[in-house]
Amino acid sequence: MTRALPILTVLLAIVVIWYAAAIGMNSPWQNTLNTRAGLTDLPFTDFALQTWAQDRPLLPAPHQVIGEIWNATVALELTSKRSLAYHGWITLSSTLLGFVLGTALGVALAVIIVHNEAANRSLMPWIIASQTIPILAIAPMVVVGLGSIGITGTVPRALISMYLSFFPVVVGMVKGLRSPEAIQLDLMRTYDASPWQTFWKLRWPAAMPMLFASMKVGIAISLVGAVVSELSNAAGGGLGVRLLTGSYNGQTIQIWAALFIAAALAAVLVMLVGAAERLVNARMGVRA
Amino acid sequence: MSVQTTPGDAVVAANNLGLTFPTNDGDVVALSDVNLTINKGEFVSFIGPSGCGKTTFLRTIADLEQPTSGTLTINGQSPEAARRARAYGYVFQAPALYPWRTIAKNIALPLEIMGHGSAEQAERVARTMDLVNLAGFEQKYPWQLSGGMQQRASIARALAFDADLLLMDEPFGALDEIVRDHLNSELLKLWARTQKTICFVTHSIPEAVYLSTRIVVMSPRPGRVIDIIESDLPAERPLDMRETPEFLAIAARVREGLRAGHSYDEDHV
Repeated sequence: MTRALPILTVLLAIVVIWYAAAIGMNSPWQNTLNTRAGLTDLPFTDFALQTWAQDRPLLPAPHQVIGEIWNATVALELTSKRSLAYHGWITLSSTLLGFVLGTALGVALAVIIVHNEAANRSLMPWIIASQTIPILAIAPMVVVGLGSIGITGTVPRALISMYLSFFPVVVGMVKGLRSPEAIQLDLMRTYDASPWQTFWKLRWPAAMPMLFASMKVGIAISLVGAVVSELSNAAGGGLGVRLLTGSYNGQTIQIWAALFIAAALAAVLVMLVGAAERLVNARMGVRA
Repeated sequence: MSVQTTPGDAVVAANNLGLTFPTNDGDVVALSDVNLTINKGEFVSFIGPSGCGKTTFLRTIADLEQPTSGTLTINGQSPEAARRARAYGYVFQAPALYPWRTIAKNIALPLEIMGHGSAEQAERVARTMDLVNLAGFEQKYPWQLSGGMQQRASIARALAFDADLLLMDEPFGALDEIVRDHLNSELLKLWARTQKTICFVTHSIPEAVYLSTRIVVMSPRPGRVIDIIESDLPAERPLDMRETPEFLAIAARVREGLRAGHSYDEDHV
């Protein structure tokens, strides 16, 4: 309870500020509507309730967003094109595939970089340069390009996720695999250990903290990559498409609902990586 | 204690050994003209101020550094061949235990690498843990042990694969004096039981005199041997022997050697 209390206090403050902001931001339009309808001298409480119940508010109130989420998930067929569960699954599947591919690529590159000085000097600048290119520019080229040769669906979107998520894993794992101290490496040398043994018995376990730290970053930006890639193919569905169509049609409540689902998805995914980390830590005897 | 020197008994033989590190500020002579023969079963201490090359000499024996002049043989082989034959166990200044392994698993590490079967691993781990008085701590992780116990575990790890030569680089340097006294007397008992050849680097005069059959006094810039002192102290050495005139006489000679090598000068960088 002592832990929950501060969290609940912050949450409550956010909700209060949100409702207040909704009144402020939605009042100009509400005033226009009321003037047209000839409604004057409305009590403030009635006016506030009006600003929280607009069809297309500038800032939807929390209960409107939650209502939309409910209507678009629980109250709807899973197969419906308007279901957030359906679109969420599309985003989740390309996020997960991209994350797995990105982590594998990142670890593989880190292993090569740590063991080969030529690769260290030649690969690292390209890896960093790859992240300076705006993903918004790359995503349409990949999605449309692959679509033209018949590759559509999850794979092109996952490739964008991979493109973003391999980066923190490379950087983190290069540091992690290099983290053993000189005497720990000397010790392996006195045993005449093979590079393979040195890797699996020393470098790999030593890199675990960095692996999980970079996977947490990686899975969150995998989701960003998936959402961005969906913008290039509106027919394919996904939370990105809901954001896009919402903004075309001024459906702010729909935008916020999709945004909430995406944020919740990211939070759950990061927590899952955290749970896996705790599991591995327990097996490796890390001080609790 | 006099040691019979027959050529076949030489475990470590250094002839005019030299090692120079090139640095940006010019060459640093870590070892210069070292001539030393260490025989089977000896306990040889290397003492001197930092920069005198005592650790470098130990690392050269272990094939962790390459000499730039002279010759060095271990059991009649090159240091590299001796390392590949797993001829020595090395104890570092820090325990260097792997934090993700239990104590038993840490001690089994060299056995895993050298391909011993699991039954033999278990047997050797139990035996060496008993030897360093750590029985009962098999399933503990390193952070659950005191510094002295961690260093005992690292000694057990160096003993586990039964190399005849033990190289110890200031193994008790980071421990307090009470723990160090205790581990010194345990190390002597262990040496008597296992008949190993031990090379021991230290910067403590009492520790060197108490443990050794021979003391090699070294001096920096360039790193060289100043004096080699044979100890005639009896094999049986209780801790209070450190107050006897015989002990103090040897300690005085070590101190004299260090002074002759300018080890007490203030101008050391």
